[in-house]
Amino acid sequence: MSVLVDKDTRLLVQGITGKTGAFHARQSLDYGTKVVAGVTPGKGGERFENAVPIFDTVADAVKQTGANASVIFVPPPFAADAIMEAADAGVPLIVCITEGIPVADMVKAKRYLQGRPSRLIGPNCPGIITPNQCRIGIMPGYIHQPGKIGVVSRSGTLTYEAVHQLTTLGLGQTTAIGIGGDPVNGTNFVDCLTLFNDDPQTEGIVMIGEIGGSAEEDGAAFIKANVQKPVVGFIAGTTAPPGKRMGHAGAIISGGKGTAEAKLAALRDAGVMIAETPSDIGSTMKAALG
Amino acid sequence: MKIHEYQGKALLKAQGVPVPLSQVAFSAAEAERAARDLIEQTGNEIVVVKAQIHAGGRGKGRFEEHPDLGGVKVVKGAAAAKEIAQQMLDSTLVTIQTGPEGKKVGRVLIEQGMDIQRELYVAATLDRATGRTTLMASTEGGMEIEVVAEKTPEKILRESIDPATGLMPFQARKLAYGLGLADNVAKKMARFLGKLATAYEQLDCSLLEVNPLVITGDGEVLALDAKATFDDNALYRHKDVEELRDPSEEDPAELEAKKFDLSYVNLDGTIGCMVNGAGLAMATMDIIKFFGAKPANFLDVGGGATVDRVTAAFKIITRDPNLKGILVNIFGGIMKCDVIAQGVIAAVKEVGLQVPLVVRLEGTNVEEGKRLLENSGLPITTGSSLRDAAKKIVELTT
Repeated sequence: MSVLVDKDTRLLVQGITGKTGAFHARQSLDYGTKVVAGVTPGKGGERFENAVPIFDTVADAVKQTGANASVIFVPPPFAADAIMEAADAGVPLIVCITEGIPVADMVKAKRYLQGRPSRLIGPNCPGIITPNQCRIGIMPGYIHQPGKIGVVSRSGTLTYEAVHQLTTLGLGQTTAIGIGGDPVNGTNFVDCLTLFNDDPQTEGIVMIGEIGGSAEEDGAAFIKANVQKPVVGFIAGTTAPPGKRMGHAGAIISGGKGTAEAKLAALRDAGVMIAETPSDIGSTMKAALG
Repeated sequence: MKIHEYQGKALLKAQGVPVPLSQVAFSAAEAERAARDLIEQTGNEIVVVKAQIHAGGRGKGRFEEHPDLGGVKVVKGAAAAKEIAQQMLDSTLVTIQTGPEGKKVGRVLIEQGMDIQRELYVAATLDRATGRTTLMASTEGGMEIEVVAEKTPEKILRESIDPATGLMPFQARKLAYGLGLADNVAKKMARFLGKLATAYEQLDCSLLEVNPLVITGDGEVLALDAKATFDDNALYRHKDVEELRDPSEEDPAELEAKKFDLSYVNLDGTIGCMVNGAGLAMATMDIIKFFGAKPANFLDVGGGATVDRVTAAFKIITRDPNLKGILVNIFGGIMKCDVIAQGVIAAVKEVGLQVPLVVRLEGTNVEEGKRLLENSGLPITTGSSLRDAAKKIVELTT
């Protein structure tokens, strides 16, 4: 079992003819993902790699191919529009990889999604993968392995670090979800924790947060009230100075809020096992499972 | 990106937000002239000299060179304004937000003295929990808002702005009347708030704070201070704002890094870090501290690091005079480890290596990457895991 994506997911790639979009569409195809359509305005009627049909609009692509997930690789100034276009076409799962979208654009996109059935993952995220079934995003597919741990994270490479350890230890992953490092995003920790908690195949959950905002504290409250499965947590940014943006737009301690200490305290209080260093995420989970 | 108070006030004024009369000065002579002009215009001899730095707490701050002088000084007459400006300019102001090293003052704002009856607080910022702009107002003007939020959160009124409608007039009225203002002042306040919200949206701010907002004896509502921070991701559509950047307020290494699209933050430790990915870069800093040393910087070379970018990153890291060692931590996903190894080798050959270097590679083509490092003949230590690598660099430097 898995959450959100599996072997039946029919993927559409927005921005499939751009450099990054084309590269990762190829990677996803090689991984065995059903990439059924691409969208690039003005290139409708062409084919990607002589195989995947390209459409001018998402609405057309969905109508013709029955795509039920979309991944967005369009540049920051146009990315919020791409998210709304996918939602307008009724795509149930929208994954936005783009980094650098203006906050005001995301505020509008988030508002647009309200009351619509689409779920957004990201932006500024590595995507979502169910090992050996479906790869949506930019993660290296080969480090993953089908297994029993659900992974949710705000960081890309730190997710790879955790996934790699879980694979090496033979625990594997049900699904790994990168929710992204922006201050305004779609799916949050609570959403993913809910999905993993309800998934019978997921036996343990790894949750990787970082400084900024209070999504980790919300996640901790949810765990405390609802989750019986073992949860291993890691928070990046214990040594980050206040007021400085640490790479991710959302990774900033402002007005004394969003510190790693506060997040770690909330997670500990919820019974989450904290990995002391990022190298200990896998072993902490192994110990937790007994 | 941050700007100075005087620049923030000019932007507010352009949006129709009332601000006091003022003029920026870069020298004592300019300050005297500005003060004279203001006094002539207003008929009031009281003017305020305000040090312009990108940090708050100026009023309570003190100059290193003039321990009795704060960053905001009320004076009488142009000669006095000149004298105070003389003391402030080129002196170092230390406030609660500058850190102990303080900030050198390069410009002062000369502002008309106001008949202040009440000081209030208003600000617009992003509420991450709802993903919407929040407009805040409080009776506790002139105080540090973090302290108010901590001790008396009920004294901060908030209105969430629906991006589909923008701030509605009733929301501005709710805040204005909520502050307990008299009717004629409340109306002015509501107008002020509407314009502030518009400015926040049109300029792609991430914070627009007026603290204090003052009500004068005549019942006028004015922004006595202005603190604006802009969304870096949206600067591409605000070239005029980008031009307000004051390079002297920014870290030279951070400015250099920006040219190469590197995400870099200078820190006060001794171990330089080069990592791909923001989360992993923070985690690398944390693990250095875990083993008892301190990181010299945060540096994310990004997903598409080329040999050129790795070399640029190396140069920036090695410029730090406190540097005792370098830890390179790469999880090559799409990025191949052999490419990274080539970049590191090229960089070391070009820049030289005065301190120990530990490299940890993992991911795509890791064996080839390690082989390249070993055969390079350079004194590079390899780490088998992040834990191992961090331990090694700390041991090599202490």
